[in-house]
Amino acid sequence: MALIGFFTWLFSLVGITLPYGWAWFLSYAVFILIYAVVLLVMLAFILLFDRKVWAAVQLRRGPNVVGAFGLLQSFADFFKFAFKEVVIPSSSNKGLFLFAPLLTFTLAFIAFAVVPVAHGWVIANINVGVLYLFAISSLGVYGIIMGGWASNSKYPFLSSMRSAAQMVSYEVSIGFVMVTVLIFAGSLNLSKIVEAQRHGWYAFSILFPMMVVFFVSALAETNRPPFDLVEAESELVAGFMVEYSSTPYLLFMIGEYFSIVLMCALLSILFFGGWLPPVDIWPLNAVPGVIWFIAKVWFFFFFFAMVKAFVPRYRYDQLMRLGWKVFLPLSLVWVVVAAGWVLYFPNGIGG
Amino acid sequence: MLTAIAFYVFSAALILAALMVIASRNPVHSVLYLILAFFNAAALFVLMGAEFLAMILLIVYVGAVAVLFLFVVMMLDIDFAELKRGALRYAPVGALVGLALVVELVLVGSIWSFAADAGHVLGAATPAGMTNTEALGHILYTDYIYYFQTAGLILLVAMIGAIVLTLRHRPDVRRQSIPRQVARRPKDSMVVVDIQPGQGA
Repeated sequence: MALIGFFTWLFSLVGITLPYGWAWFLSYAVFILIYAVVLLVMLAFILLFDRKVWAAVQLRRGPNVVGAFGLLQSFADFFKFAFKEVVIPSSSNKGLFLFAPLLTFTLAFIAFAVVPVAHGWVIANINVGVLYLFAISSLGVYGIIMGGWASNSKYPFLSSMRSAAQMVSYEVSIGFVMVTVLIFAGSLNLSKIVEAQRHGWYAFSILFPMMVVFFVSALAETNRPPFDLVEAESELVAGFMVEYSSTPYLLFMIGEYFSIVLMCALLSILFFGGWLPPVDIWPLNAVPGVIWFIAKVWFFFFFFAMVKAFVPRYRYDQLMRLGWKVFLPLSLVWVVVAAGWVLYFPNGIGG
Repeated sequence: MLTAIAFYVFSAALILAALMVIASRNPVHSVLYLILAFFNAAALFVLMGAEFLAMILLIVYVGAVAVLFLFVVMMLDIDFAELKRGALRYAPVGALVGLALVVELVLVGSIWSFAADAGHVLGAATPAGMTNTEALGHILYTDYIYYFQTAGLILLVAMIGAIVLTLRHRPDVRRQSIPRQVARRPKDSMVVVDIQPGQGA
């Protein structure tokens, strides 16, 4: 850690010998701050990108007034959200009502702590990285349930019930998809999973169907169209967010987009080799890993945006059927297939 | 020192949350405090170096079981104030049960003795060059494979039992046949008729 030495040197200038623990703490705090700011700025442009893609599909221009090509639209929106009045319904459970968006935002944010953006570029390189991400994404449902319940209103409550059932259902298949990747990589550490794909990405092995299952489940898990039954505006006005305004709403929205970006990052780490170039030859492997990673995340986000633009919304029973009767058996069978593959072709493609 | 601070913070929060589970008036708040207690327990696991157990605790209990609790508590319209009104009448019985548990705990704590070879089995640290998860897997799938499989079978039987108990085929309910819906084509159910002007009904 270069920053530890830097801080020790900086404090020695003013005559203080900094203990190693404090230097470690300071340097991590600075790293986390930089990471968070970069993520938030990237999110502002992701939001704009989403709207632009959606507009382009519908032959509109999309936001194009604030800044050149509307580049500053998200920042303008941010100020608008932040300066509006926070309306709290009088019959709501006030503490929980305000806690729910905070929880959604925090959970979406802390998940990025274990995401490796390049070789060695990760805040917490823990051995159970995949399980950590799975745990965090399965906790995401609480923000929605709490928000819906604390609003003390019919539509939000119905919406939060829907979302709880939907997210719990699709977590099961996401879990099994992760297990197939774990069997191939032989590790729960995200960096090691990426390194294991150096000689072939898992998307181009027999795990290809699992990649598709993961993508569709990720759409459902993050309540994106075509599975946005949680906030189906034709039925539930705006779902669990009906009663929210101003900054609490903003936190919900940022949390939602963060979890989408997280799913894109996971997709590229689990199946598309994270920071690795497609082939290990000169012009490609000279590009820094972090650029590959960010490019992949944007590429998959483009798919999320396209799906939103041209796939009609599912009916609720179709959604449940797809989750439990199609994806769950398929991923369960594929766990066995992947285990057999690794056992019989230990040196095979991606094995 | 940081570890000690973290330990005391998490333990205190755990005990407080556990107390609030039984003390809070609103059942939804109780469940949320229960979730907080799970979280702190997971944090304590992480402090002990059992990261796999911590994550499994979060995934299984917080991610699935507690969601179900919350679901049920929110859906059922139970007046818990009504239920709690007569609670004081049962206080002596509760105290008796509590006393019995305390006595058992004291007895277990005071006359506990370890088996002769328990020391090295229990104290076996994670082998070098192996992560916590791998070590657990090695033990579960070698030494304890039969117990592990038996536990899995019991869970399977329980699951099938629950499904069998709740599955009812009611003849008067019209169900969808998904393959039939998918196989349906426009020509099976639709006729395009060319009506001449002035001849339509």
